Formats: sequence, structure tokens, C-alpha cells
Amino acid sequence: MSAATSAAGFGAREGGLRRSLRFLRRNLLTGYAALALAYLFLPIGVVIAFSFNNPAGRFNYTWQGFTLDNWLHPFAYPGLGGALRISIEIAVLSSLAATVLGTLIALALVRYRFVGSGLTNILIFIPLTTPEIVLGASLLALFVHWGVPQGFLTILIAHIMFNISYVVVTVKARLAGFDRHLEEAAMDLFANEWTTFFRVTLPLIMPGILAAALLAFALSIDDFVITYFNAGSTTTFPLFVWGSARVAVPPQINVIGTMIFVVAVGGMLTSVVLKNRRAGRAG
Amino acid sequence: MRLLRHRRGATPYLLLAPGLAWLAVFFVVPMYYLGRTALERGLFPFFTFNWAWSNFSESMSLYHTQFVRSLEYAGIATTIALLVSYPLAYWIAFRGGRWKNLLLLLVIAPFFVTYLIRTLAWETILSDGGLVTRTLRDLHVLGADGRLLATSTAVIAGIVYNFLPFMVLPIYVSLEQVDARLIEAAEDLYASPWRAFLRVTLPLSLPGVFAGTLLTFIPAVGDFINAQLLGTPRQYMIGNVIQSQFLALRDYPTAAALSFTLMAAILVAVGVYARLLGTDRLTGAVSR
Repeated sequence: MSAATSAAGFGAREGGLRRSLRFLRRNLLTGYAALALAYLFLPIGVVIAFSFNNPAGRFNYTWQGFTLDNWLHPFAYPGLGGALRISIEIAVLSSLAATVLGTLIALALVRYRFVGSGLTNILIFIPLTTPEIVLGASLLALFVHWGVPQGFLTILIAHIMFNISYVVVTVKARLAGFDRHLEEAAMDLFANEWTTFFRVTLPLIMPGILAAALLAFALSIDDFVITYFNAGSTTTFPLFVWGSARVAVPPQINVIGTMIFVVAVGGMLTSVVLKNRRAGRAG
Repeated sequence: MRLLRHRRGATPYLLLAPGLAWLAVFFVVPMYYLGRTALERGLFPFFTFNWAWSNFSESMSLYHTQFVRSLEYAGIATTIALLVSYPLAYWIAFRGGRWKNLLLLLVIAPFFVTYLIRTLAWETILSDGGLVTRTLRDLHVLGADGRLLATSTAVIAGIVYNFLPFMVLPIYVSLEQVDARLIEAAEDLYASPWRAFLRVTLPLSLPGVFAGTLLTFIPAVGDFINAQLLGTPRQYMIGNVIQSQFLALRDYPTAAALSFTLMAAILVAVGVYARLLGTDRLTGAVSR
């Protein structure tokens, strides 16, 4: 229907319609993004809410009533505290080891030209594109053939293995934007290679190394599949959750999950805010 | 230049040695043993190596249903994840302004809740007495005794959710690099915003789409947690089979053969996908 044939009143209404259509079109994307973010946070809200639940039975699936007990006694449930401690120990040790090994590889790849760098890149890349279940299964095959008993040590070995690639990729990204003239300047001022590395290079790439270590820590503490294949009778926190999912889900699991979430997000939030402030000062 | 000459020789190899040795011993060698196990015969714990290639055909004829289902679920989940992620990444990259970093943090934050706990939360949300199921029943989308939990819908929904940041982040990175002047130029030449998007922004963001789909599809196809917690044996994927063959039934050769077939299938799928999307266009977009 063309505007010429429509009555004046109808034209006004059409204007309103068109305006609201335009409003809709302009904000459609924002609305969609808001919905997507809500979808991302919906389960997290459930996790946090149910950490305050007072479940009637062994399963924490339906809302029964509010209580602070779970938060006051997060380790009341037998086995939970021990599992969390093992997870943290493995996460600390594996992220430290993987950060050292991975940073050295990243330094070699970015700073030097050498025969075999292509092969090295491939070797770093393939574990990232291999399904976790295949990584876990292959390590299991290795330990079975070598007769290595599975436990804390095999989990640690596995976590260092899958973390190396992530560290290399993260540190490499930081090193790529690195200004080599700063090192040359230090050397011109008669610093030797070691002094240059520790006084110039290392401080400059430190943020990248820290980011890589945090990523490795997060990946390690959350890993289930690879750990599951190589844990023997050792129980990490994710394995504890898995085991309890079949017999009983205590609300303390939600408490610990919320704690890990708050600590991780709090840390990242601080770093984002600090970076923004520093950027603001520099500008 | 003095610096570079100074640093030739053994140094890079010394730097590489410890890390690469670790990967060699605990990634490459295990792959060899996985392959070896796939060609063994016997009953736990007595397996003997005898080039049993038939393990591959036998395991496939037994479990091809789960295999095809894995590819199907992962394919659907990857497509949905792309549809959810692209507008979100686009909105953050072009409308985020100075909140970009904070918004990105919001996207990643949910994934600092342990994978299994997140999935258990979905179990709560989709449960029979839950709000979602009851609403859908009231709207007659579901029958009076229709369920969400224990269906393929629940499993696919769980996979979409759990691998979403792997899709959002690469797309965001590639959109972030798009030169806004190119879009302006297209609009100056009377392209409608939609046309400018289709002809300029979308092609330039394809490398991110490519990376995101791979990073989502690969873990999705090997996943077994979502099928286990949100589904029933009727929704089990190849990951469930490999897991139970290895850890419960202790039929190592079958499990190893299935793992290898899975890897081969992924390689083929990635190859076909790269060909379809056009690798030269992808690399072209990257180098530009």
C-alpha cells in the first residue's frame, strides 16, 4: 500500500510503526547480544543459587530452602577438601613447569632462525587440535605399556604435556610485538647476554608469561577428560564431582565451584581494570 | 644484526630441548603406543601385538551408530554455536567501545566454573520439574509428558554451551582487525549496510569463523560428558564408547582403534571444510 492512498491518520500511525521498526532494527543486535550473555550466565546463576540450597535428599536438583551452612562448612562433605587440595597442587606444579618449558620454546621460535622450526611449530600445534579423549587414551596406552602405576605423578605429567602448547601460543603472541632495539641498546651499553635477558627481555615479556601461567593453571584445575584416563585411584576436584554426580551431589560442590569462579574472575577483572587505568595514564 | 650473528649455533636447540623432549615422550610416543594397541589382540591384561587390522573394521561395524551420531551432534552444535557467537562477537567488536575488554571477560567468565558443574547446572535447568520444561509444556511445544533432559536436544544444547568461547574469541579477534575504513568506503559507494557487511566484513572475518568452527567441532566430536550427564545411552557418542571400552570394559585394542578412527575422521572433515571455505581466500584475508 502506498502512502498516497492512505488517510492522514493512518499515515501518522505508519510513521510510528516505521519509527518503532527502526528502533527495533537499531537495537536488534544489542538485544541479541544481551540474550546471548544472559544465556551464558544462566547456569552460573543456578550454580551460585544452589550453593545456598538446603537439599532434602542426596541430590541438589530442586530448591528446598535457603541456608548458609554450605558456605560455613564447605569441606564438611568427606573427600571434597582432599580432592580440591590435589587439584590445586597439580595446577600449581603443572602450570609452573609448563610455563618454563613453553616460554623457552616460544623464545627459540620467535628469536632464532633454525633448521626444524617448522616441525617444532607443527609439534606444538597438533596437541591443540587433538581431542582430549585421544590425548588421555594415548597416555593411558603409554603408561600401561611401560607399567607405570597411575596416580598423582601421571596426572602431573599429562597436565604439563597439554599445557606446554597453550603456553607457547600465548607467550609467542606477546613476543611477536616485542621491540628488539631495546635489547640492542642494552648490549650497546655493554650489558652481556644474561644481563640483557634478565634486565630487559624478561621484564618486557613478563605480562605474557603471567597470562600463560594463569591460563595453564585454569586449564589444569578444570581438566577432567585427560585426568580421568590417567588418575588411577587419585581424585582431583573434577573427578570428585564426576564420581558424586552418580551417587549424590552435595551443595558443597557448588560452593567450591563458586569460589573458584569468584577468585578467577576477580583476578581477571583486576588485571583488566589495571590495564585500562595504565592505558588511560599513558594516553 | 650483530645480535643475530652472535646468537647462532646451539642456543635455539638448547632452549627447545626440554619442552620438546616432554612433548616427544608424552605426546608422540603415546601416539605410537595407541597405534600399537589398536593392532593388538587378547583379553585384559594379556594383549599381544599381531597386526590385527580387523580391529578397525570390527569396532566400526559395532559402533558406527555412535560414530555418525558424534559427527552429527558436533556438526549441529557447531552451527548453532556459530549463529549465537557471530552476532555477539560482532556486537562486542563494533559496539563495545571502551567496554570491549570487560565484555570479553564476561564471555569467558562462565567458563571458570568447572566444566562438570556447569553441565550439572544444565541438568537442573532442563530437568522435568524445571521451569523451562514446564513452560514448554504449557505452550504445547512439548507434549504433556514431553522431556528435555535425556534427549538429543539436551545433549546438543550442552555441547553448544560448553564450547561457546572457542567460537566467540577467534571470531572477535578477526572482526576486531577489520579496517573500519573499508566498510565506510563500501557505504560511500552506495552499498547498503547489509550489503557492505556481506561483501566486506563477512569475508574479512572468515579466518576467525574457520578457526572458531574447528576449535568448537574438534572437542565437540570427542566429547562424552554432555551425553553422559544430559542424555541416555540412546544419545551416547563415540567418546562414551571409547571411555567405557578403555576404563570399564578394558578392551584396549577396540578403544584404541576407535580413537585412531576418530582422529582420521577429524582430519578428513577439517580437510574437506578447508577446501569448501577456500584456503587461498582464507590465507589471502590473513595476509591482508
